[in-house]
Amino acid sequence: MTTEQQSPGQQAREPKIRLDKVGKTYPGTKVAAVEELSLDIHEGEILVLVGPSGCGKSTTLRLINRMIEPSGGRILLDGEDVTKVNPDKLRRRIGYVIQQIGLFPHQTIAQNIETVPRMLGWDKQKAKARSEELLGMVGLDPERYRDSYPKALSGGQAQRVGVARALGADPDIMLMDEPFGAIDPITRERLQNEFLRLQGELRKTIVFVTHDIDEAIKMGDKIAILGERSTIRQIDTPERILAYPVDDFVDDFIGTGSTIKGLNFLKVSSLALTDYPTLEPGGTAEAGRAALQDTGREWLVQLDENRTPVRWIHADGLDSADHERGEPVGDLLHSQDTLFHALELMVQSASGETCVVDDAGAFVGVVRMADLAKAIRRAQYEARMHYEQMERQS
Amino acid sequence: MENITNWFTYVNDNFEYILEETINHARIVLIVIALATVTSVLLGVLIQRRPVARAVVLALSGIVLTIPSLALFALFIPVVGIGNPPAMLALYLYALMPVLRNTVTGLDSVSPAVVESAKGMGMSSTQQLLRVRLPLAWPVIMAGVRISSLMTVGIAAIAILVGGDGLGSYIQGGLTRFGLPNSENSVWAGVVFTVLLGLVLDIAFAIFQRFSTPRGLRA
Repeated sequence: MTTEQQSPGQQAREPKIRLDKVGKTYPGTKVAAVEELSLDIHEGEILVLVGPSGCGKSTTLRLINRMIEPSGGRILLDGEDVTKVNPDKLRRRIGYVIQQIGLFPHQTIAQNIETVPRMLGWDKQKAKARSEELLGMVGLDPERYRDSYPKALSGGQAQRVGVARALGADPDIMLMDEPFGAIDPITRERLQNEFLRLQGELRKTIVFVTHDIDEAIKMGDKIAILGERSTIRQIDTPERILAYPVDDFVDDFIGTGSTIKGLNFLKVSSLALTDYPTLEPGGTAEAGRAALQDTGREWLVQLDENRTPVRWIHADGLDSADHERGEPVGDLLHSQDTLFHALELMVQSASGETCVVDDAGAFVGVVRMADLAKAIRRAQYEARMHYEQMERQS
Repeated sequence: MENITNWFTYVNDNFEYILEETINHARIVLIVIALATVTSVLLGVLIQRRPVARAVVLALSGIVLTIPSLALFALFIPVVGIGNPPAMLALYLYALMPVLRNTVTGLDSVSPAVVESAKGMGMSSTQQLLRVRLPLAWPVIMAGVRISSLMTVGIAAIAILVGGDGLGSYIQGGLTRFGLPNSENSVWAGVVFTVLLGLVLDIAFAIFQRFSTPRGLRA
């Protein structure tokens, strides 16, 4: 099932990259490596191609810069058909990062980064300024690394240079084939985060291949889940795919825990918080009992002078000495926190309930497990409605 | 001991002539190596990615080495006459194989990821070859050049048999009048200076190899 969907605003915009029935069948084989694939990628968006190994996701990526020549269909960049243009000139317009990095060992790091700018005829000064800027951008000190050779770099540093080199001539489009796949988990996470921060500034149009669904969820503005011969099984935002996998293939691929992963995309601010009675600092036991009676609850929240929650107090504990009664509230949630973080805190807290504070730290309400369940069900419902509406339209 | 002193006296007396033949010998070797290197690198580049041509050419270049040198030298006399030309032609054929084989091995050893990224950045095949593949294969190619040069220095001593120059004249001259005065000294002068020339050329090539290898590749 192929499901390409866009909001009406996006439909009016010309896609940055359009694959129009692009396919690849190797000579002498009957079965296509990539079956006719149509796909739009919009400016400034990261589209992640994800699928089991051997599904043809890398082949698909390599069709875009014609590292593999398509056997049919058209590739359009900004509406321009590039299927027949000089492939070398095409590739100079597109950044390309591969898992094995492939830095030139016989050239300095600066020379590596200046490869495409120099091919495009930039003068030495401009190319040098650019390579220094890029080194800084990927977090490597230009003074220290400019004139070293790739053999002096660790795997993580080498891939930073790989990314800087791909950004050399400031291409609009980047193709990344499992760029962080061969890097240890801790460094990989740091590189992912830094790359996302960089992308926040650069707004490149990126096609990113991975076999790791968690990386896809993290990196993708959109994810295309590919089946055999690179057929699109589902393409959508990560949150909608997690909330509503369209079939068993997608469901199996995203694996267990997809609901929990989906909580990463929901914010505390989207919840209707549960109101709780509070007790001002120095409030008497009587005041507490009155507040509890009004709401019919058994627990209230003790606040300090800044209205920041400090302790949970049970109705039966109101009469004990001031500082020992109740239990500490533990870590507090803010409205911009994810529901994943909320779940973590709730699991840790004794009551399964966690207080939410505003930016000034003042108490605004409480999140309960039932609120999370409700939020998940609502996200799933909305995603399902979205797909049903699309089906009705088509 | 007396023999050795005797030999040194002989070398001292004939030094000018021995040096001249050593230079002739070196000239033959260097011209042959230069031509063989150019041919082998070109040929190696052409055949490296063509499995059939590669197997055939490498096999042929190996077979050439098994042809007895004396026969090979003589074979070219009808074609190019006597003197240095038939000798150099034969030496050239011998010198091809090590450089050719090392060119192919060197190009094979270039990481596919490096070539992939070169192509992915928009380098044409020629740019990939000249800027990436050959520089990376260069240390291995130079190792082949060194083997060829050592081999050629030795075999070039036979050039005298087809009328060519070189230190072979001292060996040949000594052998034909063996037993006569200074015949043994003459043979030894030819052998020792051939070996010395081989060493000097190898050291020169080693230095050239070191400085022509891109810094990032040096150990």
